[in-house]
Amino acid sequence: MSVPTRTNAITYREAMREAIREALVTDERVFLMGEDVGAYGGCFGVSRGLLEEFGPERIRDTPLSESAFVGAGIGAAMGGMRPIVEVMTVNFCLLALDQIMNNAATISHMSGGQFEIPLVIRMTTGAGRQVAAQHSHSLEGWLAHIPGLKLLAPATLADARGMLAPALADPNPVLIFEHGSLYNLEGELPADGGPVDIERASSRRSGTDVTLIAYGGTLPTAMSAADELAAGGIEAEVIDLRILRPLDDRTVIGSVARTHRAVIVDEGWRSGSLAAEISARIMEQAFYELDAPVARVCSAEVPMPYPHHLEQAALPQASTVAAEVRRMMGASG
Amino acid sequence: MTASRPLDREHGLALLEQMLLVRRFEEKCVELYSASKIRGFMHLYIGEEAVAVGVMQALDADDTIVATYREHGHALVRGVPAGSIMAEMYGKVEGCARGRGGSMHLFDAATRFYGGNAIVGGGLPLAVGLALADKLQGRRRVTACFFGDGAVAEGEFHECMNLAALWQLPVLFCCENNRYAMGTAIERYESETDLALKAASYEMTAWSADGMDVLAVEEAADRAAGEVRDGGRPCFLELRTYRFRAHSMYDPDLYRPKEEIERYKEHDPIPALTARLRAADLLDDGDLEQLEESIAQEIQAAIEFAEAGTLEPVEDLERFVYAESPAA
Repeated sequence: MSVPTRTNAITYREAMREAIREALVTDERVFLMGEDVGAYGGCFGVSRGLLEEFGPERIRDTPLSESAFVGAGIGAAMGGMRPIVEVMTVNFCLLALDQIMNNAATISHMSGGQFEIPLVIRMTTGAGRQVAAQHSHSLEGWLAHIPGLKLLAPATLADARGMLAPALADPNPVLIFEHGSLYNLEGELPADGGPVDIERASSRRSGTDVTLIAYGGTLPTAMSAADELAAGGIEAEVIDLRILRPLDDRTVIGSVARTHRAVIVDEGWRSGSLAAEISARIMEQAFYELDAPVARVCSAEVPMPYPHHLEQAALPQASTVAAEVRRMMGASG
Repeated sequence: MTASRPLDREHGLALLEQMLLVRRFEEKCVELYSASKIRGFMHLYIGEEAVAVGVMQALDADDTIVATYREHGHALVRGVPAGSIMAEMYGKVEGCARGRGGSMHLFDAATRFYGGNAIVGGGLPLAVGLALADKLQGRRRVTACFFGDGAVAEGEFHECMNLAALWQLPVLFCCENNRYAMGTAIERYESETDLALKAASYEMTAWSADGMDVLAVEEAADRAAGEVRDGGRPCFLELRTYRFRAHSMYDPDLYRPKEEIERYKEHDPIPALTARLRAADLLDDGDLEQLEESIAQEIQAAIEFAEAGTLEPVEDLERFVYAESPAA
């Protein structure tokens, strides 16, 4: 019998902070920079207290100059540092897209492998907080289009705590998407919780009737839908993608081969989305395993509205996912 | 202010040789482009050679270069072998970026040559970051960042001026003002055409120099690089120059009068230095012949190297999209 592991109560926000703290303690090349990461404590409170502990050289408040400080992160990574760049939200990263696309994603290949960019860029993504159409979108699907980048979407406390270390150790630019609705997630983590893999999707619930594929902010949605379905006798397996690029086809296809049905839950817009990519891959690799067409539950194709009822109407809901599964089960007998 | 170096024969000939190498190399590139040996976009530096040659004199081997898509000259003067540049333009795997970048994307880790950046203004944030890494690691390097006047209209320019000055980062910003953003004259795209004045508004040491005079560039760069290295803060140089050729091989050059080009050719930096060396009795016809001969040989050898080069195997197409070294 193994000794029960001691655990600590922790929030997602604190887990991220602990991960950053540990990186700063263990590697002097690591520093954090971004808008309001220092004196303010981070727009979402992730870096609160780090300025006091590590000082302004390593916790660097930047001007509102996304292109300059993301690009400076790329240059500093090329110069031997291990920067963690925080961009307040994915909407703001559009101001730095030139650096992300034309430099971070490109220089290794274009230089014939002469330069590496061991950079981590963290950003908040997603809706649900009534902050309307310029702070709520899930644009990670756009970024997942780009070869040369790796994209992570921690949806659990263990991933919030454990993904940063391997991301910093990776010689490539790694983007970490933190869904804004997850920061207050609470739970227990092993006191000695360490790094996790950043290669594989993970099954968060097993089931035999249908595979629900989710990531980041839609993982709780898919888990709720699975609970609702279980009450009606339908057992859903829930796959958390965890890594949005490169996608772990094996885990997804393996699950679909067992359940023969798949519903993808993606907060991005349906057209040209990650959900579209995953759907295509299932069709390419597991077409003959399917008992029903792949279904998708995505955000409505509108800029995110401010009022609560419209925002919720625009977002994937557990009830919608469950209804989609029941429709599918009915249709496929 | 640092006194200018005395113009001795050895140094004068070295400057002339470097400018001539760039000029003759690019003249040959035009022929090779016409022969379809070189394809894609190609931007010539002809007329602007004094800038790269002058600035490079102020840099040490450990310093860092970030350049633009008009960078054949910078790479040559920095010491990237002519053969590997030519092979790059031929798209051969022996090129300085395995043939993957071509004319606009020369990279060479050995000489700390960080591209070859073809998004106007896109190299400035990289330079700021490289300098930040030096500062955080206590190194006394200078990062020389070259960009054109067109970049001054980009948001990235202003963001980087501010950040470099705010954080006191050792970047030498070298603005090659050739008066045109592709085909648009500076008076038609800038509200304030005094670019050093703009930079100075960011609380940065900034001044202008005659970019058609290699000695003036050298002197300005010496002084500026000294400020950056010893002062640990950024410096901005506006180098006023002119390109004699079109923006790229695709450009019919319809936007400026021929007389303007001819007028600037009277200030061609190569004849200017030649005349100066002759007047000081530091150069004779024999020297010039010898220089031309050795440069012609170097270029010929570069072409032969490129011709003999091989194409990267198609199986390697996806190599280096992600780094090949293990996580560390």
